[in-house]
Amino acid sequence: MTTIALLLLTGLGLGALYFLIAAGLSLIWGLMRVLNFAHGAFFTVAAYAGWVAANFAGGAPPEVRWLVGVLVAVAAGAVFATLTEVLLIRPLYARHVGQVLVTVGLALATISLVQGGFGSDPQTFALPRWMTATTNVVGAGVPNTRLLVIAVAALVFALLLFFLRRTRFGLIVRAGVENRAMVQALGIDVQRAFTLVFAIGGAAAGLAGMLAATYYGTIDPGRGTSMLIFAFIVVIIGGLGSVTGSAVAAVVVGVVQQFLNFYGAAGVGDFSVVLLLAIVLLIRPGGFSGTTT
Amino acid sequence: MKRARSVGIGVAVAAVVFAVLPFLGITIPGVFDGPLNSPGTLNLLGLCFVFGALALTYDLVFGYVGLLSFGHALYFATGVYVTAIALTRWHWSLLAALALTAIVSLVLPLVLGAICLRMRDIPFAMVTLAFAQAGSILVMQNPFGLTGGEEGLALGGDTLPAALVGVVNTRNVYWIALVLLIVLYAIAWRAVNSPPGRVWQAIRENERRVNVLGLNPYLYKLGAFVLSAFLASATGVVYLLLQGGANPQVTTADFTLALLVMVVLGGVGTLWGAVLGGVLYEYLDFRLIALSNTSAVKDLPGLLRVPLSEPLFLLGVLFIVLVLFVPGGLGGALRRRFGTALGSTS
Repeated sequence: MTTIALLLLTGLGLGALYFLIAAGLSLIWGLMRVLNFAHGAFFTVAAYAGWVAANFAGGAPPEVRWLVGVLVAVAAGAVFATLTEVLLIRPLYARHVGQVLVTVGLALATISLVQGGFGSDPQTFALPRWMTATTNVVGAGVPNTRLLVIAVAALVFALLLFFLRRTRFGLIVRAGVENRAMVQALGIDVQRAFTLVFAIGGAAAGLAGMLAATYYGTIDPGRGTSMLIFAFIVVIIGGLGSVTGSAVAAVVVGVVQQFLNFYGAAGVGDFSVVLLLAIVLLIRPGGFSGTTT
Repeated sequence: MKRARSVGIGVAVAAVVFAVLPFLGITIPGVFDGPLNSPGTLNLLGLCFVFGALALTYDLVFGYVGLLSFGHALYFATGVYVTAIALTRWHWSLLAALALTAIVSLVLPLVLGAICLRMRDIPFAMVTLAFAQAGSILVMQNPFGLTGGEEGLALGGDTLPAALVGVVNTRNVYWIALVLLIVLYAIAWRAVNSPPGRVWQAIRENERRVNVLGLNPYLYKLGAFVLSAFLASATGVVYLLLQGGANPQVTTADFTLALLVMVVLGGVGTLWGAVLGGVLYEYLDFRLIALSNTSAVKDLPGLLRVPLSEPLFLLGVLFIVLVLFVPGGLGGALRRRFGTALGSTS
């Protein structure tokens, strides 16, 4: 029982990280039909920005440093993503493959630059003491970082749903996912929604970068890419363009991965997730849900 | 017809020049470190041929059918790893190992392609990426001690025929790489100019229309996918011979992305452009690593030194610039410059 609770919460934590990356990917795909390979670069750059900022605030108490790191990471992710959209994606409007290729180039260049600047070894991260402690959940000592990551991701999910369902921009984004040509025909500037979606996706990826650093205790240049691939799987299983679908798929993928990695050999969980994707594709090519939000 | 002949003559001349290269002791300063017939230079050239051939196989699916696969590294790695495992772990003869590799490299893309091709466009890309990642995880986890995990597999001296082992025999492997490139080029040229090849290009332009004409795009796409993957495995085998071992680097997503850079660098949808891109990428990658170790770069301040010592950064930036400003790649730019003598299917 204790093992199951521990695995479940660890898996949920992992799923929370996947969700933060996948939500942005899914919205960007839904609205713009862009497969954003640079999302892993947003994640990595933001995590390192957060790390540098937290180190910069060296004298402050760990809680403050962590919070500074999170805020800087979110800001860095949003700024980087906005610049990407404006400078690289926009000039290639209507050339979908070109847009994908540009994000591929950006991902390769950025991550190798981070690797060159900070080295490829993992950098450890000083966390507030209460985070490294554990909380007793039905007898299992669950690291607080897991619970924190889950709580933050749940909050982001709620905010995203509120944004999509209750605000004017959210309405435009939802309508754009449904039928972009029609939204444009109604005289609404979809371009601004593109930039906005990129900024939100980048901010969420940046948050994921910092939370992954909290979850694992370290950051390294390669993590963004490997998490991105699982986020792609989550996006497809959840149904492209659907935030709720991504949330459900992220939880399923994270928990399945965690359980099988524990009960099977190492790597079995990762492998099974890909198998799960194949099965879902064979049964329901559109993923869990074909609808938006 | 005339164009095909002139291109054929050009290819034949280039093939003869490269074939006699191991007998020439000329030094080209600045381009290669040693004389042309030194093992180091021949190895680099051999690798350039292998990557040229690999880029060619990728261009078959991406450039001619319009399938953006992010899993091509998997099939290259199949050639590398199945052969390496059969040779080193099971001590099979080279011929038996090649036979097994051939079977695996037909069955694997057939099964995975059948699943992946249920999706189109970008979702297809994501799914192929996921399968390639599964392959990468498998190799890294070293199941039953077969793949050697992160360390990879080294071909021992006694696993291969003597003529393929050792620095002295580098030129033999070099010739194999050259033959590989020529044979694959011939196969690819034949394939894209055959009736199914025409259908591939029609699918790239307008898949629905092909469907309306009464042809089943799925089967044609699967055929192209399997052919391209099989040929990629063949290049993997030659890569294994050149490198003297298997390393897990070739299974990673980054490797597929590098392939994409090669093809776009050279020019999507032209066979010779893809070859040019592959050769150039491998050469630049090698030279840029060498450059980053020179004192001229090492003494630079950090702000300049760090980007210059990361080949992938420079190649990535070059790639972005090409996509933004030179959509046809180097091949497209050359064709615009020199007219239609370099046709799209030659």
